[in-house]
Amino acid sequence: MERDSLERRISLGEMPLWSWLLSLLLLGMLFVLLSASGELLVPLLGQAAGLADYMHEFAHDGRHLLSVPCH
Amino acid sequence: MITPYLRRGMAAGLLAGLLAGLFAFFTGEPLLDQAIALEESAVHSHEEGAARSHEDDGEVFSRATQKVGLFFATGLSGVFIGGLFGLVYAYFRSRMAAGSEWTRSVSLAAVIFAGTVLIPFLKYPANPPAVGDPATIGTRTAAYLALVGFSLLAILAAWHASRYLRERCVVSTSVRQVVVGLGLIIAVSVLFVGLPAAADPGEFPAGLLWSFRLSSLGTQTVLWASLGAIFGLLGERAEARKMYGAPAANLAESGSP
Repeated sequence: MERDSLERRISLGEMPLWSWLLSLLLLGMLFVLLSASGELLVPLLGQAAGLADYMHEFAHDGRHLLSVPCH
Repeated sequence: MITPYLRRGMAAGLLAGLLAGLFAFFTGEPLLDQAIALEESAVHSHEEGAARSHEDDGEVFSRATQKVGLFFATGLSGVFIGGLFGLVYAYFRSRMAAGSEWTRSVSLAAVIFAGTVLIPFLKYPANPPAVGDPATIGTRTAAYLALVGFSLLAILAAWHASRYLRERCVVSTSVRQVVVGLGLIIAVSVLFVGLPAAADPGEFPAGLLWSFRLSSLGTQTVLWASLGAIFGLLGERAEARKMYGAPAANLAESGSP
């Protein structure tokens, strides 16, 4: 019985709302961590984009080695 | 029903990310240092040309701090990727042909690795600092993300087509695999031809470039292989516990109602 409930197929609609929101959040954080930089975000955020460069610089080596376009 | 996979994914991802960081530290960091040295000597010889890449960057964080940042970046992206992997796994788990937690986890990781790393890498391989014009970062990032998204979609479509053909038993296994394989090759070829060309490395030494790319591909292989393996092992362990009567504390983890 317990097995059945786990073996049962979950349809996309049955995936709870929080799992969709969390997926978006995780993708967003992955973007901030690996891709966001001042240069990239200036057209969107203007001056505030500079803040992203702290993340850019700190995660710099990881970005290059995870083959994300860096600069 | 989903939470245990999410938690398992994040734990496996953290470990996998740190392992990938370790691999990157030993194979990639010496190459990054060489590339940055090249870049800086180029900037100095140009006096103050338009090259405003690492010259001002160096002042934000020292190289030593950036090497700590490497583990931060790989570990944390491991957590995020692992969380996403857990959610995707919860959805695909009952739909996969593979029979055990281990096989399912390893094959799902292999498939997502192919879609998000391997196929994009063939067109847009990793570049060390000094390769790529900072002015084009926007278009390059967009093209890269588009390729990651589309190759994932191509793989998902191939998987759906394969499952459809198998369940309907319309064609034999060999025909099915040839048809699906051809479709995937065509889709990937269209993507490779259609998307803008990769950044030109220009004068950058070819040997160093190749070593760097190899190290980057290795880092991501370590990340995905360990994610699939650790997630699979955790899954097997949870199954075993459930089978032999789990203590109360573990019931919640195995997601019983």
